[in-house]
Amino acid sequence: MSGHGIEARGLVREFKNVKAVRGIDLEVAPGEIYGFLGPNGAGKSTTVHVLTTLLPPSAGTARVAGYDVRTEGPKVRASIGAALQEAALDPWLTGREHLRLQSALHGIGARERKVRGEELLERVGLTRAADRKVQTYSGGMKRRLDLALALVHRPTILFLDEPTTGLDPQSRSALWNEVGRLARDEGVTVFLTTQYLEEADVLADRVGIIDLGRIVAEGTPEELKAEIAKPTVEASPTEPSQLGAVATVLERFGEQTQGSPGSVAVRLDGKGDLADVVRAFDAAGVTVENLRLHAPSLDDVFLAKTGHRLEGSDEDTETDE
Amino acid sequence: MRHGLAHQIAFIAWRSVKRTLRQPAVLIPPLVFPLMLMAVNSSGLRAATHLPGFPTDSFLAFFLPFSFMQGALFAASTAGTDLARDVDTGFLNRLALTPLRGWALLVGQLGGATVQGVVQAFVYLSVGLAFGVRFVTGSGGILALLLLSILIAIGWAAVGIWLALRTGSGEAVQSQFPLLFFLLFISSMNMPRNLIEVDWFRDAATLNPVSYMIEGLRTLIIGGWDAQALVLAFGMTSALIVAALTLSAVALRQRMART
Amino acid sequence: MSRGTTWTVARALAWRQLRILLKNPSLFVPPMLFPLMSFTAFAGGLAQMRHVPGFDFKGGYTSFQYVFVLLQSAAFSGVFMGFGIARDFERGFARRLLIAAQRRSGLVVGYALAALLRWSMVAVMLTLVALIAQMQIGGNGVDLFGLYALAIIVNVLGTLWAAGIALRFRSVQAGPLMQTPIFMVLFLAPVYVPLSLLSGWIASVAKVNPFTAFVEAGRGFISGEPYHSALAFGIALTMASLLAIWALRGLRRAERTI
Repeated sequence: MSGHGIEARGLVREFKNVKAVRGIDLEVAPGEIYGFLGPNGAGKSTTVHVLTTLLPPSAGTARVAGYDVRTEGPKVRASIGAALQEAALDPWLTGREHLRLQSALHGIGARERKVRGEELLERVGLTRAADRKVQTYSGGMKRRLDLALALVHRPTILFLDEPTTGLDPQSRSALWNEVGRLARDEGVTVFLTTQYLEEADVLADRVGIIDLGRIVAEGTPEELKAEIAKPTVEASPTEPSQLGAVATVLERFGEQTQGSPGSVAVRLDGKGDLADVVRAFDAAGVTVENLRLHAPSLDDVFLAKTGHRLEGSDEDTETDE
Repeated sequence: MRHGLAHQIAFIAWRSVKRTLRQPAVLIPPLVFPLMLMAVNSSGLRAATHLPGFPTDSFLAFFLPFSFMQGALFAASTAGTDLARDVDTGFLNRLALTPLRGWALLVGQLGGATVQGVVQAFVYLSVGLAFGVRFVTGSGGILALLLLSILIAIGWAAVGIWLALRTGSGEAVQSQFPLLFFLLFISSMNMPRNLIEVDWFRDAATLNPVSYMIEGLRTLIIGGWDAQALVLAFGMTSALIVAALTLSAVALRQRMART
Repeated sequence: MSRGTTWTVARALAWRQLRILLKNPSLFVPPMLFPLMSFTAFAGGLAQMRHVPGFDFKGGYTSFQYVFVLLQSAAFSGVFMGFGIARDFERGFARRLLIAAQRRSGLVVGYALAALLRWSMVAVMLTLVALIAQMQIGGNGVDLFGLYALAIIVNVLGTLWAAGIALRFRSVQAGPLMQTPIFMVLFLAPVYVPLSLLSGWIASVAKVNPFTAFVEAGRGFISGEPYHSALAFGIALTMASLLAIWALRGLRRAERTI
């Protein structure tokens, strides 16, 4: 590797009694979009904080843009941009003032600050709202400003920590387009953490799946799914009273899994294919209204590697009244 | 590329000033409450001027320094709450990812408190003068009072910044403020130290640096150019600024643990 | 089907408030701290005021200030409950209460009861500190009963005022509206010296300030020389009736938001 991407070896980060990151090895090539997929509490944000020099590693090494995160922090920071989990904006400043502050702190001269600020506002679609205080911005607008601020000093590597959490589909799609464009047209390396399967699937060139502080699988989305090679069959009976009979037939072909209401789904485990399933329904005299075959998802990959699902795996947090 | 300390301080201060001026809820109470208390106490305690040894026959003139001290605590609250919000929202992480130096952040953050201190000082002074307070030290004393009061506001704002960096939460900062008000209460704010009858209270007021800040302001109004009082006032204030900024620097290093 | 009466609703809500307080002891601190600070500053720092010519209160300056601070703490404890009501609205919990309670007036009573319970702990602490500071008590049991009864009514007044604001605005941002009038009423009374020693505009204001009647009556109770007690209770109970209407009207407004 040329040393201009991201490289981590045995990366560990501990907090008092908790090991949030338990030995991560990863390599992200320059210009690649790397998706870091995992549930809440898996260690995604902690990994990002270490790679962006906000936290020192407890053990292991990491190099970002060719610089050691432990000993060359300022050089790392000069090469990276980051949009972290919180939008991290000042509600009392306008969008334009944020860009002015950010670029000034990066040492950009007055004339270039102005030009760069207008360019970024245009790029993220905030020109008209630029002189409004951020407290009046929607969630999507805040995220777009966040991205613009991360790009102010033309970083070669961009860290995005759950950038589309809480956004509506339109805003999410717009952000994906911009991220894709940055990697494709400007060669920016993107390290993206997410808990959304679709985001990793659509956006990432390669995906690393993290659970409990360790990477449990890594590869392109297609490679990971092919590794599992277990499609899901879902069937719904013509008569609702036959749901039980449908389940009895399907369970011969694999383990039952989450299906839509009024249907039964199983993950095929090699005991037969779709044609076998159809013949089995015929033999049992069960009339099926809908029969669907789903290719494995990254959630299936996660389940295979960790024993639990990624989607719907969030723990409720208790709140005091 | 301009990464100079002065340049960074200037931009952080610019942001701090903008934020302060855009929050009427931050600017107005520090003007209203001290003036209300000044009005009420200067009338309610007027009888104190009949006590043997009371240094003036105008309780308003005696009590005016309290407004500056209370204003300084409001400045502390503003500075602390604003920075705590930065910690809470992750804005401090955003700043940490730039070449911003720690000292630039600390000194720049005082920009808003300085503006607040200046505005407050002018308002309290104007009201005092309008209601008949006369400075025995003349216009030189007025300038010295303005300088001292602004420095006091900066000193307490630095304390607010330290609290913000230690706790990282606006609510926690706010919850510490009763303790700071306690310092104000156990001082010579209401009565000259030599007239405080209760021994333990007088001793506590004597140990309390706030008493010397108040007495420094007070001597410029009713006492004259008392070198000892002024040296103690400016000295205590300077010590407060240095101590609070040093503690803040340590807290910032822990809070902003970047490599 | 719920058969809740005003009293059962009030009791349930007061119990809930008490549980919150017991689970979060730090909530005790603000209502406790301010009265103790005031008492220390006034009784300790201003004790010399008893030497002002014409200061004829027989009970000593400590008990003189104890009465003011006791009543002040009672009033502000009520205001703190107003903040609690506003927070309940902001978090959506109050909406649940309004839907669930058969007798919604019980909610106001419940909050008032909770405020009283919370204040009683402050009052005990304040009294202990005053006794340690060798406060002189000239009054007998009846007098002291009168003092604390008056303080209880002042606490209720503070709660009803703040509740009325909270129910109308339903946001903690209305906090200054709850606090500032109470603050002004308290401090435009004979705080540091008897009414007879006030002069100027503040004397004129204090003469018509109802809180003056409460403070002077309270000081009469503690010194054993009751002073216009009937007037004080008359004003207090009249204000309680008016503020109860104020609070209940606020409740009606809040109900319209369900």
